Amino acid sequence: MNKQRLKAKIIKYFLQSCGSLSIIIVLLIFLFLFKEAFPFIGSPGIGELFHNIWNPVSFQKEEFGLVPLITGSILVTLLATIIAIPFGIIGAVYISEVATAKEREFLKPFIEILAGIPSVVLGFFGLVVIAPLIKQLFDLNTGLTALTGAVLLAFMAIPTIMSISEDAIKSVPSAYKEASLALGASKLETIWKVVVPAALSGIVASVMLGMGRVVGETMTVMMVTGNAPVISMNPFSSVRTMTATIAAEMGEVTIGSHHYMALFWVGIVLMLMTFILNLISYRVLKKYGMIDK
Amino acid sequence: MGSKRTGEKLIYWIMRGITYLVVIFIAYILIDILLNGLPAISWEFLTGDPKKSGAEGGIFPAILGTLFLVIGTILVALPLGMFSAIYLTEYAKQSKFTQTIRMAIVTLAGVPSIVFGLFGLGLFVVALDFGSSMLAGSLTLACMILPTIIVASEEALKAVPKYMREGSLALGATKWETIYKNVLPYALPGMLTGAILGIGRAAGETAPILLTAAAFFLPELPSSVYDQVMALPYHLYILATQHPEAQKILPMQYGTALVLLFLVIGLNFVAIVLRIKVRKKYKW
Repeated sequence: MNKQRLKAKIIKYFLQSCGSLSIIIVLLIFLFLFKEAFPFIGSPGIGELFHNIWNPVSFQKEEFGLVPLITGSILVTLLATIIAIPFGIIGAVYISEVATAKEREFLKPFIEILAGIPSVVLGFFGLVVIAPLIKQLFDLNTGLTALTGAVLLAFMAIPTIMSISEDAIKSVPSAYKEASLALGASKLETIWKVVVPAALSGIVASVMLGMGRVVGETMTVMMVTGNAPVISMNPFSSVRTMTATIAAEMGEVTIGSHHYMALFWVGIVLMLMTFILNLISYRVLKKYGMIDK
Repeated sequence: MGSKRTGEKLIYWIMRGITYLVVIFIAYILIDILLNGLPAISWEFLTGDPKKSGAEGGIFPAILGTLFLVIGTILVALPLGMFSAIYLTEYAKQSKFTQTIRMAIVTLAGVPSIVFGLFGLGLFVVALDFGSSMLAGSLTLACMILPTIIVASEEALKAVPKYMREGSLALGATKWETIYKNVLPYALPGMLTGAILGIGRAAGETAPILLTAAAFFLPELPSSVYDQVMALPYHLYILATQHPEAQKILPMQYGTALVLLFLVIGLNFVAIVLRIKVRKKYKW
């Protein structure tokens, strides 16, 4: 009997340690980002990161200002979100409230495909199809702009926004709808004036999750945004995001150099941005009862 | 009244139009890559080595490399994810500790893939001194897909009704015997669905392996887990952006994109079909 109890205990502790693995990995991620980035504080100094120029490879003066990279990421993310919101929300409303059952059975898995397309394939498609289109459409010198990246990333965020908004819309009690219809409101009025407002916090959370995905997206932006580290809020200029900077430059740095450390600082900023976006949306969804406690 | 109804109909059509615009966009990507990629696909392309730095020849080492990476990833992530899910559904009580685990899983799922790359570089490549290698790449990807596998496995375990457990416990089986013999067999297909989704994601990711495992061209196939590998997504990235004659080798790029897309979407498709089948088979 005792032996059996011991065995049960061992199994429990083994499973528990596997369960805590996620915590350990998250801690390790933070630990290693900081560990590799930390010596930068001594030399060349943390103040360097707040400069406006990113020019890490230079014979005269290396510059490690993160500002252009951060503005690049923000520009692309905001543009992508603005493009994705109408598609994501209207699509979610359409699928959950208007579409027939058969239509829904086709639409949902088909749009899920979009979430499964590898980002490098989407980037390739952007490079050969979307970029030339944007160049022609707006008569630009190059199609590799913030807007090109934003268009592609918007489509990457749409499945996230759609599926979570749809869940939020579905979780609105049908009594609300029935009451509105009984009072003589039409179906459309009920959808936009009762159902959507009731689901609003879930919808907002879905948009933030979508943004989290967009901020962290690497390959697509690296391939189509032109990679110029300039501070600009013009959608038609080339920009360079934080993700693309890490991916493009990490291959060529010496491990332990200033440049190497600066790239880890970029990673820290990126990690914190996505962490905050996800934390807020997680809180909202949890309050909503859409995530298990 | 009549005009109001026409107005509503118009709005429905606008909503429908916006939704189907997304569908058209997806269809356009798929068709574009299919039509332009198919002519490049040949036996030589699938089984040959790249020649003239990828401008001619095949992509066999890249296919094989992706396969190796994915197998390594799943060997690590599947058991850990499954055990983790078993703990969360069968053992964990409502506590601060459990909540912390859940929070960590959500956080992990939101970590950008390039940050996983940095983490893998710092931990596996540099600190543990695996170098840029298949081992480092697989471990990095395993950390990345762990949340996918945990969440899917949990769902599968939760779908097994309570009375299956209670019946077994009432007959005197221990908790582990109950889980092992009466819960896991029914949850397994659902868990596999999660595993396949995870594989699909791992196969398509470029950013993490960029920093931890991938090389554009290797003269020989990898012979140990400490070797670098070629990989499909990385191959496509280099051909499309870094190759000196990127414009001229468009067919090679499309061919690589098609193979990768086929692999990833194929895996997702298998997972979806499996899920539907499981749901039909076990209706409690």
